[in-house]
Amino acid sequence: MKDRSYGLVEPNSFKSDEPIQMVSGDVLNQYELVYETYGELNKTKSNAILICHALNASHHAAGYHESDEKKDYGWWDNLIGPNKPVDTNKFFIISINNLGGCHGSTGPKSINPLTKKPFGSTFPFVTVEDWVEAQSRLADHLEIDKFYAVIGGSLGGMQALEWSIAKPNRVENALIIAATSKLSAQNIAFNQVARQAITSDPNFHKGDYYEKKVIPYDGLRVARMLGHITYQSDFVMMKKFGRQLMETGNSKFNTNINFQIESYLEYQADKFAKSFDANTYLRITKALDNYDPASRFQNGLLEALSNKKNRFLIVSFSSDWRFAPSHSLEIVNALIHNKSDVSYVEIDAPEGHDAFLLENENYHKTIRSFLK
Amino acid sequence: MNQLINSKSRPDFDVISKLVTSNSNVLDLGCGDGLLIKHLKEKKNVFGYGVENDLLKIDHCLKNKISVIHKDIETGIQDFATKSFDFVILSLTLQSVKNTYNILNEMLRVGKIGIVTFPNFGFWKHRLQIMLGTMPVSVEMPYQWFNTPNIHLCTINDFEIFCYENEVKIEEKFVFGASGKSIKHFSNFFGLRALYVLKKEIF
Repeated sequence: MKDRSYGLVEPNSFKSDEPIQMVSGDVLNQYELVYETYGELNKTKSNAILICHALNASHHAAGYHESDEKKDYGWWDNLIGPNKPVDTNKFFIISINNLGGCHGSTGPKSINPLTKKPFGSTFPFVTVEDWVEAQSRLADHLEIDKFYAVIGGSLGGMQALEWSIAKPNRVENALIIAATSKLSAQNIAFNQVARQAITSDPNFHKGDYYEKKVIPYDGLRVARMLGHITYQSDFVMMKKFGRQLMETGNSKFNTNINFQIESYLEYQADKFAKSFDANTYLRITKALDNYDPASRFQNGLLEALSNKKNRFLIVSFSSDWRFAPSHSLEIVNALIHNKSDVSYVEIDAPEGHDAFLLENENYHKTIRSFLK
Repeated sequence: MNQLINSKSRPDFDVISKLVTSNSNVLDLGCGDGLLIKHLKEKKNVFGYGVENDLLKIDHCLKNKISVIHKDIETGIQDFATKSFDFVILSLTLQSVKNTYNILNEMLRVGKIGIVTFPNFGFWKHRLQIMLGTMPVSVEMPYQWFNTPNIHLCTINDFEIFCYENEVKIEEKFVFGASGKSIKHFSNFFGLRALYVLKKEIF
């Protein structure tokens, strides 16, 4: 599998001095977006595909980076590459780290040119709409008038949806995978617990922790643990870990780690907390909560999805309880009501929400055939 | 039914494309590879969706650039608005549906006009095979009794009685023989495939 990768990639940077106005009313006078590209843009510039990332991913979607002599593969490397469903031999693929991110694009840990200090708590609460606007500015910079496709899973799917609503003339196909047009109360509740874990960490300092040379590490860990649980299914966790105990033989009658699932969560939490910024996490979860395009239109989702300019593929996964198939069907039904060009596929997969990141023959075949 | 989805062996494709009005919108329940919608798009510039439950066939639809919705046709169209399609087509699928009454009712709720095709169990060769003591196997019903998906086979007469009893109005009727030719007389004996144009007003 891995030898079919696109190969070694290096991020690019787009710096803009053109102010960007956010939905919140805040303005960023300058900003930088880091992005990667895979494949070649054709002469007519008609083969560009935009990949939108979800909560904790980055611009590094495919190929690999070399760090410590280890190959660090992109988060969607199984989908994007030579002869893969999103084929780098055919398409020119762009993957951007969103505004407010922590992987190089302007975000809370970046230096505010006005104060010469990290933005921290003053960084705007970005929205899906803001991200799409910023992405379109990078498209302008690359002189791409129209994407052949915009593809995203989960929160990335919301961005693909937003492209079809806000900039329908600039995208031909929208692939909205394991997504929703709005979070349910339960989803918002999970996000709130994650945010509370971060903001109640004594090292959070109301978001201005950079100068104090600390990070709300413990809070971020708990946030990640909670998130991680909701992205998986009970079935898969049981299959992977069951009730297997650690080999240490710790006593069960204290708070030591006894079960393998506990240790796995600890590992995931540490890995995440070391590499992700807490302020970014707060903003991205808020962007998730706040997105609700139907609320911008008098006639709700039906009106939001009424322009009939795009071809849609909506994909859901049977065991996804975070953004269940019913969420996808809400989008599908609105598009059908409007007689918009939409195809819908529900993939039978046991892995829960995370299934959109995993290799699955039917899933990948669907993407490949739709893009054909 | 896969092996039958071939325009040459589907004289009903031409009849359906004559019945369907230009630029109308069409829903094809159990659309298979999507070839009927493709045919209608080319001939009549329709806008249409297929509904299909088999991922392999869905994949063919996607490759054919046919919009397809992955659902079980028996439960999947309840979300569709009443009279939201000009035509709803159920092509060679009626006989494999569990709840016949429900599917007919639903298709005539969602569609202003319903088009149904099915193999005629009363076709003379089918009758002959039963007389000789075996279950009928034909081009139209290529399965053996033990592997057939066809659980509700009927004759032309059975279907018409069913429509009458359920207040389904038959607008037009076409019957085709083994050669694909239209059959006018003794259709329940000489007809291999039947096509009905249906309406139901009370919704």
